[in-house]
Amino acid sequence: MRFQLAALVLAGFVLAACETTPDGGGSASGTGAATANAGGSASSSVSSQSLSGGVQPGSPEDLAVNVGDRVLFGFDRFDLSAEARDTLEKQSVWLKRYPNGTIVISGHTDERGTREYNLALGERRATAVKNYLVALGIEPSRINTISYGKERPVDPQSSESAWASNRRGVTQIDSMGAKLSN
Amino acid sequence: MSASPPVTCAVMAVAALFASGLAWTPGAEAQLKVDITRGNVEPLPIAIPFFSNFGGTGGVVGGAGRAENLGRDIATVISADLVRTGLFRAIERNAYISEDVSLRVQPKFANWRLINAQALVVGGAEIMQKGDLKVTFRLWDVFGQQQLVGLRLTTSPGNWRQIAHRIADSIYKRITGEDGYFDTSVVYVSEYGPARRRIKRLAIMDQDGANHRFLTDGKALVLTPRFSPTAQEITYLSYVAGRPRVYLYNIDTGQQEVLGDFPGMTFSPRFSPDGNKVVMSMAQEGNSEIYSMDLRTRQVRRLTQHPAIDTSPSLAPDGRRMVFNSDRGGSQQLYVKNFSGGKAKRISFGSGRYATPVWSPRGDLIAFTKIMSGEFGIGVMRPDGSGERVLATGFLVEGPTWAPNGRVLMFFRQSRRTAGKTGGEPKLFSIDLTGYNERIIATPRDASDPAWSPLKR
Repeated sequence: MRFQLAALVLAGFVLAACETTPDGGGSASGTGAATANAGGSASSSVSSQSLSGGVQPGSPEDLAVNVGDRVLFGFDRFDLSAEARDTLEKQSVWLKRYPNGTIVISGHTDERGTREYNLALGERRATAVKNYLVALGIEPSRINTISYGKERPVDPQSSESAWASNRRGVTQIDSMGAKLSN
Repeated sequence: MSASPPVTCAVMAVAALFASGLAWTPGAEAQLKVDITRGNVEPLPIAIPFFSNFGGTGGVVGGAGRAENLGRDIATVISADLVRTGLFRAIERNAYISEDVSLRVQPKFANWRLINAQALVVGGAEIMQKGDLKVTFRLWDVFGQQQLVGLRLTTSPGNWRQIAHRIADSIYKRITGEDGYFDTSVVYVSEYGPARRRIKRLAIMDQDGANHRFLTDGKALVLTPRFSPTAQEITYLSYVAGRPRVYLYNIDTGQQEVLGDFPGMTFSPRFSPDGNKVVMSMAQEGNSEIYSMDLRTRQVRRLTQHPAIDTSPSLAPDGRRMVFNSDRGGSQQLYVKNFSGGKAKRISFGSGRYATPVWSPRGDLIAFTKIMSGEFGIGVMRPDGSGERVLATGFLVEGPTWAPNGRVLMFFRQSRRTAGKTGGEPKLFSIDLTGYNERIIATPRDASDPAWSPLKR
């Protein structure tokens, strides 16, 4: 029971965070239903705690806000820019600080490609992120990948800037409501 | 759908029905013909009076009225099927001079000539003793004064729509020389909700939008359904439990099963023309390759071997060749290779990128999606890459699927999504191979990824 309550509190916390930071997208399908349920029952009772709690070390918000949870790609590209490599180096330091727990990297594309090709391209991007983190010393067994192709845009508009932000690889803690521990 | 009893069908012997010796003889070869290889044909004027109840009530109280209602509905569905092809124009019923629509006598052709009906469909509907519905019809060439088709079909009354589609199919075939495509279904992805977390469900409907129903509940993201050419089965991609894999769905039982035990994401599935195999991509470590799975033995065979993306496989009707999408040359293009092995040969050489190749059931053409200059197009080319034609263009058009006769394509069209949060809703469209007669397919919600069924049996 206590564990459940904790999960609810954290889920509510994640929901609150989603209001202000860009949605990672990758979490949407796998755990979206659970988030919605937990949020519905817990949001009112946990709001004060999540606001006063701030960003907890090892949490998804810590990764998103203080490290950077995503890297962006060029059109139809899956090579990592200098900026992307810099972000991933920060991620690897963070992941080494919290060596327990797994992450999932989701690969995404913009809407200017066909669905099936974009699934393959998203998988390439997720793998490019994974391989770089592994090269930086993260255990491959800690990393799962998933491709959503063009199914989960972070910005749904049809514009160059939206497409640029949608061509992304997002690193997330594997189970919703969890945080990595050290 | 297939749980209902089959439609039985009998070609009516002209001699038997006109044994009383009506003074008319079939003329020379019929002149009534629509050439559907030309796009902008003048639609053929056709008269389709409501099918009459010519007596049978099945001994049931209300049987006559029921037959009459069915007769009216059947004529309406036949007319809608034919008009949607763009090849026929239904003459308004209030223009009819006579309603002499008996099946037992020759029509008064003069009355139909006066309103310029070139073809006349006369039919009757009857409820039989066991409650079966018996539908009889004749297609007449008004100016040639001869019968072109005569058929009697029997089924349960609940199947009346299928009867109507079969009749429309036989009329279409007799007049165009091509097989019809009206007694078919379409499976597609029904969508709603915000773009960031779109809810997608598999849905199925008759080709005219009737008998719509959902197949999945929307909990898992589903994409790219395809019909089996031989069975009541669909293969598609589902994100069940956060693991994107190719699934098989049995339409009759509602059972779903994952296909194979692959270490990576499987996607872009498609049945082989004999229905015995599913070809699909598997992505692992950043590389997508094409595999074939035998549905009976479950044996898996790898069909491509290249560090590039290889996806969207589609087999020729004879099953010997495969067209697929690859960026092995630097950008997305179409390649053909023998199913048994050998080298892949690039067939797309126009400007832009090419994707989603689909071999026509006739074998003569490959449909594709094309991306060039910020616009998408649906087009066709011959299997050697020659004769490319773009049929439809737009901000986003994608995912062509062939009608079983290889004359009509369905695809989806999506508009630009603006800051005002308007646009972006995908809808299904059909278009003739000539590039004419583009029509929206009405669906309850937004719709993408259509797949046309084979003709029902």
